Amino acid sequence: MSAPPRILDAGEAALVVEFGVAVDPAINDRVLALDDALAADKPAGITETVPTYRSLMIHYDPMVLDRGTLTRRVLDLTRGDPRRAAAPALWVLPCCYEAPHGEDLEAVAELVGQPPGTVAALHAGATYRVYMYGFAPGFAYLGGLPEALAVPRRPSPRPPHPTNAVMIGGGLAAVATVPMPTGWYVLGATPCRLYAPERSESFFVSPGDGIRFEPVDAATFTELARREAAGERVARREEGIR
Amino acid sequence: MTVLAIEAAGPGVTLQDRGRRGYLRFGITAAGPMDSLMFATANRAAGNPPDATAIEISTGGLTLAAPEGPLGLALVSAGFRVALDGEALPPSCALTLAPGQTLTVRAGPTGAWGYIAVCGRLAVAPVLGSTATHTRSALGGLDGRGLRAGDRLAVAQARAGDDAPQRLLAPWLDRDPARIRVVLGPQDDYFSPDQIAAFLEGPWTVSARGDRMACFLDGPPLTHMRGHDIVSDGVAMGAIQVPGNGLPIVLMADRQSTGGYPKIATVIGSDLGRLAQAQGGTRLSFTAVTVDEAVAARRAEAAILKEDVPREPVLRTDFSAQFLLGLNLVGGVTDGRA
Repeated sequence: MSAPPRILDAGEAALVVEFGVAVDPAINDRVLALDDALAADKPAGITETVPTYRSLMIHYDPMVLDRGTLTRRVLDLTRGDPRRAAAPALWVLPCCYEAPHGEDLEAVAELVGQPPGTVAALHAGATYRVYMYGFAPGFAYLGGLPEALAVPRRPSPRPPHPTNAVMIGGGLAAVATVPMPTGWYVLGATPCRLYAPERSESFFVSPGDGIRFEPVDAATFTELARREAAGERVARREEGIR
Repeated sequence: MTVLAIEAAGPGVTLQDRGRRGYLRFGITAAGPMDSLMFATANRAAGNPPDATAIEISTGGLTLAAPEGPLGLALVSAGFRVALDGEALPPSCALTLAPGQTLTVRAGPTGAWGYIAVCGRLAVAPVLGSTATHTRSALGGLDGRGLRAGDRLAVAQARAGDDAPQRLLAPWLDRDPARIRVVLGPQDDYFSPDQIAAFLEGPWTVSARGDRMACFLDGPPLTHMRGHDIVSDGVAMGAIQVPGNGLPIVLMADRQSTGGYPKIATVIGSDLGRLAQAQGGTRLSFTAVTVDEAVAARRAEAAILKEDVPREPVLRTDFSAQFLLGLNLVGGVTDGRA
């Protein structure tokens, strides 16, 4: 059985429940299991929770819920290494690695000493874990990038990428949700919008879910992007991730 | 419908409500007011719910009119220069803006943020449950941007306010920024005891390059005991992160939801506003308090907001040149109505 988590104060209105200090699926599972347990338990006074790689931040109203009560509840809910409430989803996202989308495919191919086609195949062959969101709206950090593609981030940012760019950098993968300059490398683009504030389901991917990229040609990408823009969600959900 | 017309707005003037809740887990910034006590005071003075949408005024200033009909306003600031048709008003006042009149708010000797609450409801559509503007991700407010000249804000259930401008008396907003209370952690164990002491003692100088995202502090750099990179974790408002250069950065309303630098301490909720109001050049130091002390401070603040905001008629002690000329003092002519 694992050791109980460390509980740290982030001021008087947030607790950090820390299960470790590394990027590790087992640690992330413990974070998400506590998040699930709190979502089911709903102690009054918790305003929101933020799962990260290795800890859960619990924002709370200290005038409703006192720190001692919350701490005891958290320790109760983490006792005996509970499992997650439900199996995570696996999402299949179409991805076009062709021009003009795979802007940095050649650059990565050169960095890793493999042909561009191999880089794309390696990227599309992996199943990624959504560790956490952060940095920008709907920006999910994806673990599980093949070792062969573990290039460091750029020393200085490249010009802004388009929305829905599929990127790698620093041993992680990501899908850009808003255009911005980046230190990541753009391998392709997905027609899927992981973040759509006006859509009733603004986000459909949750921390802990799996993601696979399915190669499509440029013509298919254009057609899927048109359907996505018309309100359809072209990402496919598959059950039984692992 | 009654309309509030923006005739001029400097950078950083935005619409805010209490902030976006429940989406931090998806990387969505909370936003919301920089000084929540002043924001709530303005809403209270306008007779609104404490978290109603209001205008946050930066030192960039703001000029307003109500062309379609009279509109009551409560303006709360800590030293901004306020004038109605060129006639000076107190930094915190309640008034009715009548068609044809112009209200101007400009930066003053103290304070970095002010709030205008309208008597009524600013009719702005919420995005992800909130009207709070986060300009970096273009969310909330008007198209996710700051207010600018030409904007017209519809006001639902508009009410006129006091006939003559009233001074708002909110002594709880006279807060000294020189001492800011913090709760140590969550990563204070990345710093040796002497570095924690150096952090608390300062003194730190508030940099002029701060904004809604962060308050930057200048002073003797701190050193880390075990590096300055951590695996990213959650970030609360008021978190004080210490990056590689050793200069603390206090993360404010527009902070990102997570971050990868050690956070030596967190500013307590009740002192976030006083820190936000510190202009560039302000010197400050930190005092470590317990969670219980921080909660007690919150309770005291909550009690204040249960009371009405006292007001008194504006006594004309600060005359504009235009007003003095209008008195025609040279001729000594008395009021014809006498």
